[in-house]
Amino acid sequence: MAASASARIGEYVTGHLTYLTNKPQTSLINFTVINYDTVFFSVLLAVLFGGSFYWVARRMTADSARVPRGFQSFVELVVEWVDGQVKDVFHGNNPLIAPLALTIFCWVYLCNFMDLLPVDLLPDLARTIGLSHLKTVPTTDLNYVFGLSLPVFFLTLYYSFKVKGPLGFLAELTLQPFTSKNVFVQALFVPINFVLESVTHLARPLSLALRLFGNMFAGEMIFVLLALLTLVHGYPMLATFSGWGLAIMQLALTFLWGVFHLLIITIQAFIFMMLTIVYLAMAHERH
Amino acid sequence: MHINLTLIIQMLAFAALIWFTMKFVWPMILGPMQERERRIAQGLAAADQGEEELKQARAGGEAILREARERAGVILDQAQHSANEIIERARVSATQEGQRLVMAAQQQIELEAARAREQLRRQVGEIAVAAAAKLLEREIDPRAHEALLEEFAAQI
Repeated sequence: MAASASARIGEYVTGHLTYLTNKPQTSLINFTVINYDTVFFSVLLAVLFGGSFYWVARRMTADSARVPRGFQSFVELVVEWVDGQVKDVFHGNNPLIAPLALTIFCWVYLCNFMDLLPVDLLPDLARTIGLSHLKTVPTTDLNYVFGLSLPVFFLTLYYSFKVKGPLGFLAELTLQPFTSKNVFVQALFVPINFVLESVTHLARPLSLALRLFGNMFAGEMIFVLLALLTLVHGYPMLATFSGWGLAIMQLALTFLWGVFHLLIITIQAFIFMMLTIVYLAMAHERH
Repeated sequence: MHINLTLIIQMLAFAALIWFTMKFVWPMILGPMQERERRIAQGLAAADQGEEELKQARAGGEAILREARERAGVILDQAQHSANEIIERARVSATQEGQRLVMAAQQQIELEAARAREQLRRQVGEIAVAAAAKLLEREIDPRAHEALLEEFAAQI
């Protein structure tokens, strides 16, 4: 009994950690494998975001005098808020940054929000149409979070190059944080600076991606673990008081964690957006 | 926790979404918002200006009204004055006319009286002549005694 229960728990948890792929992946990196579920849900949410905002945008452009209400007010609120955040941090002129920030915030938020759907709802539905696994939260997939942070990283490199020039960028990498008026000492500092600055730059996409990933993965894991409270017992447990206690505890804790998680998914989407703005603003700054 | 082709697909999807947002969403929302902001600012400025103009117009209207009232008073005074003048003039001319009429009537009366007196005198003369002729039993030649008759007449 104990062995089969723990086996079932292991199976359940593993099931929630397994992607719907074209073939099992054994090595850490294998570019012939696709996570269908991550791609499906992220693209679905991208279409939801792009489509709904575009729907509002088209009607606004058609009649700019119309009084905003309903969904349009909400969209305007989000757009204006993002615009304000960008303007607070970045004072240059770059038409990419604000739309990029909006895209990141909305897309990451929607992907995070998938975490608030009951953990077994969509996987169980998928099982009824014959899909063995389904991970519904794209932000718990390393591929998704790096798929965001790496383009942001490339953009910061691109703008550093473009704004400061190759030499300016090289100087930024090698002539700080340690500086000296003595030329020879400065020459000595160059390799040290280069290592430090390289680590600084490389750590950004890593921390950006893993912060989001860690928060969302942990959040999903808590929901999975809360589901385990009643999983092994099944309906027979409702015959006992302790069984009812467990069921009620699961509901209460899931609710509380859901409320808390609502905060987390918003904050994580916000942090990802803000850091992106900050990194891009830093790329535009000359020293 | 594997890295696979999904990463590439996600990067492409991200790029496409950024492009879409940048091209079709951001400017098409922020543009009309700024346009609307501009219009509202314009509307508020126009309202302020209109209020200011209304205030000025009201002040101007009051000034015009006051001036009109003053002028009306002046005109009324003038009218009163000229009416008095006209009445006075009419009275004077009426008096003059009356005096003239009275004088003409008096002259007429005098004339009539003189004529009547003349006639009477002549008749008395004739009667006197006739009486004298009867007394003398003879015809007095009126032509021969004309001077005498005249003298009589003058005496009557």
